[in-house]
Amino acid sequence: MKAVLIRYAPLLILAIVWQLVSQFELVSSTALPPLTRIAEAWFSLLTSGELLKNAVSSLYRGGVGLALAIVVGAALGIAMAWWRPVNVALGPLVEAFYPMPKSALIPVTVIWLGFGDGSKILLIFLGCMLPVTIGAFNGARSSEQVLVWSARSMGASRLRMLWDVVVPSALPDLLNGIRTALALAFILMVTSELIVAREGLGNLIGYLGANGSYDAMYGVVLTVAFLGFAADRIYQIFMHRMLAWRDMAT
Amino acid sequence: MTANAQIVIDQVSHRYRPPTGREVLALENVSLSVQNREFLALLGPSGCGKSTLLYMIGGFLPTVTGAIRIDGKPVAGPGPDRGVVFQHFALFPWKTVKSNVLYGLERMQLPQDERDRRAQAFIEMVGLAGFEDSYPSQLSGGMKQRAAIARTLAFDPKILLMDEPFGALDAQTRGLMQAELLNIWRRTPKTVIFVTHDVQEAVFLAERVAVMSARPGQIKAVIDTAFDKTDPHVFKSKTFVDKVDEIWGLVRDEAIKAQAGRTK
Repeated sequence: MKAVLIRYAPLLILAIVWQLVSQFELVSSTALPPLTRIAEAWFSLLTSGELLKNAVSSLYRGGVGLALAIVVGAALGIAMAWWRPVNVALGPLVEAFYPMPKSALIPVTVIWLGFGDGSKILLIFLGCMLPVTIGAFNGARSSEQVLVWSARSMGASRLRMLWDVVVPSALPDLLNGIRTALALAFILMVTSELIVAREGLGNLIGYLGANGSYDAMYGVVLTVAFLGFAADRIYQIFMHRMLAWRDMAT
Repeated sequence: MTANAQIVIDQVSHRYRPPTGREVLALENVSLSVQNREFLALLGPSGCGKSTLLYMIGGFLPTVTGAIRIDGKPVAGPGPDRGVVFQHFALFPWKTVKSNVLYGLERMQLPQDERDRRAQAFIEMVGLAGFEDSYPSQLSGGMKQRAAIARTLAFDPKILLMDEPFGALDAQTRGLMQAELLNIWRRTPKTVIFVTHDVQEAVFLAERVAVMSARPGQIKAVIDTAFDKTDPHVFKSKTFVDKVDEIWGLVRDEAIKAQAGRTK
């Protein structure tokens, strides 16, 4: 508990400075409202149900998009690492598509799937898939030959060996790729909702900002920041569990 | 004699192309038969292709020139009739000792309690009781190799292929493991092919020692080393010392050649 307090002390100091700077009008309190006012506005957003409704909508899109990206991305990466023809056929596509800013696809996905959940899910899926694919690919390629041989000589079929050796060998890189994807999911979720959406946290931020409700807008911005942070922390705990075998030196 | 041989290696050659450079002839015209339940050592300088030959018998590398037959059938890939112990253990690092030992057993049609019983028996046999739930990263080199041996013995392969299994161990652990391996082999007779570059180890463990030449690997001589080795002072006996000398004489030239080949 104490360690946690010390670790996040800088955040606390930042909050205090924020509060003071704004309260004493060192900066315009419209541009940077005091935290107390933000908290008040946030609370009324919460009690009205507005915050929850939009958060559920956003997290649903992010969750489904990311889940699809993980399943398809991991399968693709491992297939590329293990079957040369797959790599030959898809490698150049992955390379070309990887550095492209996926937010550029926001209008495209809207044309394809409209203003609702579909276009957001597709965008998040497309944006999150390649980091997962590349993690799985690198990880699977690093599988040790002797472990593959070991499994095969103990009677494992090729498919069995893929699951028992290649997938666990790929896990450290794969899990790191998923972590990148998780952060991207939040970015794409908010961005796409800011630009074209009827609901969602991004949409709420845009709406409140356009109407000059800056206190409430800040409240939603901080909510998104917190959700992203919490998701990453929880994910890291999960990752440590999955890789416990690696960190258990005597 | 060749008729009832369990493993027959018939005029096998092996070439490979390294990522850079010219094609290398690793093995040239190797012929050798290994009898049922025999303990044979493959001895040679590093880079002579002895591991390559072992991997071909294991079915990991294809036999393009010549043939390798086991009980008359050509080797067509890896299989649980041949258990392999690798130099660097090759334990699954994400599995506990127990799960590693269970791996081969899980591929067999056995009831769960029988699998558990056998895994436990072999873990105890190699002296790893109490470490069932440890991960390989928590074990010393000697313990890892014992776990790897337990894993291979557990699914009861007819043939044991061992690739310098004690090469990574310190001298003391190595001595203990050699004695233990001989005990195991006497109790559960299997055909063993044991790759090593250590002359003493080869003479102590094997009934016959096949000496290989420097690259391209060929069988230079096959020396009979079957004599009583149960005496703990066997290392000092005249028979033992003479055998080591005889084989060392054969190996020395090859080691020098291999060295020269490397510095060229």
